Amino acid sequence: MHLLAARRHGETSFVEQHFLKLLKRPTESYGELIYDAPDRLVKRTIEPRPETLSVSGDELTVQRGGRRRVLDLEAHPEILPFIESIRATLAGDLGSLERAFDVEFAGDLARWRLTLRPRAPQVAKTVSQVRIEGTRDTLLEVEILETDGDRSLMTLREHPAP
Amino acid sequence: MSPRRAAVVAAWLCVLAAAGCIAARARYVTDLSAFLPSHPTEAQRLLVEQLRDGPASRLLLIAIEGGDAATRASLCAALGRRLRADREFSSVGNGAQISAGRDREFLFAHRYLLSDAVSAQRFTVAGLEAAMRETVADLASPEGLLLKSLVPHDPTGEMLHIVEELSRIPAPQTRDGVWVSPDAERALLIAQIAAPGSDTDAQQHAIEAVRTSFGAVLREAGRTARTVELRIAGPGVFAVASRASIERAVVRLSIASGALIVMILLALYRSLPALLLGLLPVATGALIGVAAVALGFGAVHGITLGFGVTLIGEAVDYSIYFFIQSARSSWKERLWPTMRLGMLTSVCGFASLLPSGFPGLAQLGAYSISGLVAAAAVTRCVLPQLLPRGFAIRDLAPLGARIASLLERAGAVRGAARWALALALAGAALAVLVVDRATLWDRELSSLSPIPPAEQRSYALLRADLGAPDALELVIVSGPSLEAVLEGAERTARALAPLIESKVIGGVDSPADYLPSLATQRARRASLPAAEVLRANLDRAAAALGLDAAQLAPFLADVQAARTAPLLEPQDLAGTSLAAGFGALVMHEGRTWRALMPLRAAHPGARARIDPAPIRAALSSLAGAAQLSVHLLDLKRESDALYEDYLHEAMRFSLAGLLGIVVLLCVALRSVARSARVLAPLVLAVLTVAAALALCRIELTLLHLVGMLLIVAVGSNYALFFDRRGPDRRGAGHGDLEQRAGAGRETALTFASLAVANLCTVIGFGLLSFSGVPVLVALGTTVAPGAFLALLFAALLAAGA
Repeated sequence: MHLLAARRHGETSFVEQHFLKLLKRPTESYGELIYDAPDRLVKRTIEPRPETLSVSGDELTVQRGGRRRVLDLEAHPEILPFIESIRATLAGDLGSLERAFDVEFAGDLARWRLTLRPRAPQVAKTVSQVRIEGTRDTLLEVEILETDGDRSLMTLREHPAP
Repeated sequence: MSPRRAAVVAAWLCVLAAAGCIAARARYVTDLSAFLPSHPTEAQRLLVEQLRDGPASRLLLIAIEGGDAATRASLCAALGRRLRADREFSSVGNGAQISAGRDREFLFAHRYLLSDAVSAQRFTVAGLEAAMRETVADLASPEGLLLKSLVPHDPTGEMLHIVEELSRIPAPQTRDGVWVSPDAERALLIAQIAAPGSDTDAQQHAIEAVRTSFGAVLREAGRTARTVELRIAGPGVFAVASRASIERAVVRLSIASGALIVMILLALYRSLPALLLGLLPVATGALIGVAAVALGFGAVHGITLGFGVTLIGEAVDYSIYFFIQSARSSWKERLWPTMRLGMLTSVCGFASLLPSGFPGLAQLGAYSISGLVAAAAVTRCVLPQLLPRGFAIRDLAPLGARIASLLERAGAVRGAARWALALALAGAALAVLVVDRATLWDRELSSLSPIPPAEQRSYALLRADLGAPDALELVIVSGPSLEAVLEGAERTARALAPLIESKVIGGVDSPADYLPSLATQRARRASLPAAEVLRANLDRAAAALGLDAAQLAPFLADVQAARTAPLLEPQDLAGTSLAAGFGALVMHEGRTWRALMPLRAAHPGARARIDPAPIRAALSSLAGAAQLSVHLLDLKRESDALYEDYLHEAMRFSLAGLLGIVVLLCVALRSVARSARVLAPLVLAVLTVAAALALCRIELTLLHLVGMLLIVAVGSNYALFFDRRGPDRRGAGHGDLEQRAGAGRETALTFASLAVANLCTVIGFGLLSFSGVPVLVALGTTVAPGAFLALLFAALLAAGA
């Protein structure tokens, strides 16, 4: 955790797959994820549809096709697992993680896995768990399991050093 | 008491009693009505209606300041809960999603009637495929995931579409569950008062209710919240504040000027009976004035009572002239004609206000004319009957003699030199006025507004915080039924859509956004396909996208149910936040319905004006619809135009009044030269005051203009007395010694009475300058110095003539 906390800035590209029972094939999107300590996270989707999601403090801004919407995270706790799991992990902020989730740590520094289960009943209704895998101070994979059997899998790859 | 005396006094008492009854039963108003036209055009009528009862007139903008963010948020949330439970408020918004549950239920249940994306094309294979591709893409984002459970029912995303359309209406940002200002220093709340904006009592009650609720919320929160403050702004606050300030001013001014004048008269007369008798013409005049206005206008405006103070100034003069000079047996023959002429010139001046379309001025005219006539009549007919035997006041001849000796010194300067000086002064004043002519007049209606600047700043601040549309420009669609105006609003919105694209306007709100017209709903319902057609189209579209059509069965069922569902009526909105939004944009009076469509500027925050030309052009394409009228109303422009009309009208009427006075003088004095001599000091006084105001960078308003008319009306009394003195002296020069001494004494008494009368007038008007009510201040700062200068100039120009 303190290794993660020591990072002030990170940029990775991601590929995300959604497995929805509504769809016969998973949807796939890719883009980049940018993190700035302590609490700023930007998820920029490039394909299939450009969209920028940025979180700062309790404010979530969604920008898509010239339209900008601001949501208050506290007013929409359902979104929290999708944001806070990644952000708090990147920040190495165990306190924040434990406020929102039951946290389980497995593995070693070279290859670790966090299993997060939402504490708030309202959130637990939709999301059963979030699994995050990583090595040392780098995240590799984020998988979110929803209660209805749908899931999403995000695979991260560090940008080559510029 | 002789029969004649008894008859006169009885008649006077009867008139007094009647006037008292009328005044007691009269309706007194303090709202904006005094500033609104009595014979409005259609645009003016809409303007007045919007200012009085429009949705904006019922809004209270509330902010909680101080303390820490969490305290403010919890107080704001608690205050919101309390106010929502209060029936005085038709809607309360503070960002808390109280009715969100019900709103969502309603929108979802009626999505096929409410979504403007619903058309026959939407349910073809291509239409379904395009709509569902969007939905699938949405599911990839956390935001879309919120709607995931709806997808089997709503794969075309109608619900998301409706929510997005409604959320185009801008709202402030939310922190800790409540709205906050951009700098997050204030928690915000908007409450709409249920009562109409013109009901000032209800507005006041609602404002007190907010304060009381806040007090209760504070007590519940305990000691931690002591540093927190409540700020309330809005048209209702203005109405209440201006009423309070007018009432305060009227009461304070009446008491102060009354007390001062009583003190002066008591000091002069040294006689209580004289004082009481001296106040009779004033009191009678004031009472009759109020009664005349009540009879003529149906309601008396508070401002008119404020103007009434000015009447004291002139009416008290009458009794002063009477007492000081009545010792002479020839009062009736010699003084009264001059007094009567002075009174008539005043009446002539005020009469020019009567035809004004500005009710405030017309009331002032009616009040002053009836008041002056009554005061003069009481002085002429009643006072002589009431004088006790052996009545005498202190001899004021010595005072007059001192003034006369001062004037003698001025008289030493040659007449021609004095007139040359006067001309030079007039020339200088004219030069100032010509140089400043561009900035001379204040052309905004707000210059007459009795709203304190602090309240106006508060309002501007909270408006900016809330990002509320100014509702300064709005399109108003009028028609014979709700359905007609809703259809009109839909067509208007379509006509304006290209202007949103081209950034001429930022957007337009419409009641049809909340509740589409029945025709539109019917068309949407009719575009929903039959079950077998929809199933076939859905199967093909789903296959193309890799969607599992079997999971979309609820969609097929919902569409079939919607095909036979009843159309939505206004009462179906009850219990949702949409009802308030809809209600705020629809007005109904008699047989006329109106849909209000406020325009939003393209660049929020900037106080950029909306260019009306392209909007009018777009609206002109709508012309020709039966029984429907569409107006663009620019509240600011329209109200300033209205004021400009008043100003021009008042200028015309003032000139007419001046002309009337000139004609009256020429006829009464039977000499153009004498009339010119009477008028010269008055014109000089008016020019000097106008130039002085311009030099002080005070922009002249309508009331300054009225004030100048008053200078002429009041000043003509002084000038006439000096004029009368001229021929007297010449006459006296040929008489014997005794006559000459008598004339000297009369001159002294004239000076004394004029000086006292002038002092009372200057006090009466001077006090208006401190009233804090802009219209009264304007009048006071013009007339007080003007009346003094009129006397001074009249004396100086006549001295030694």
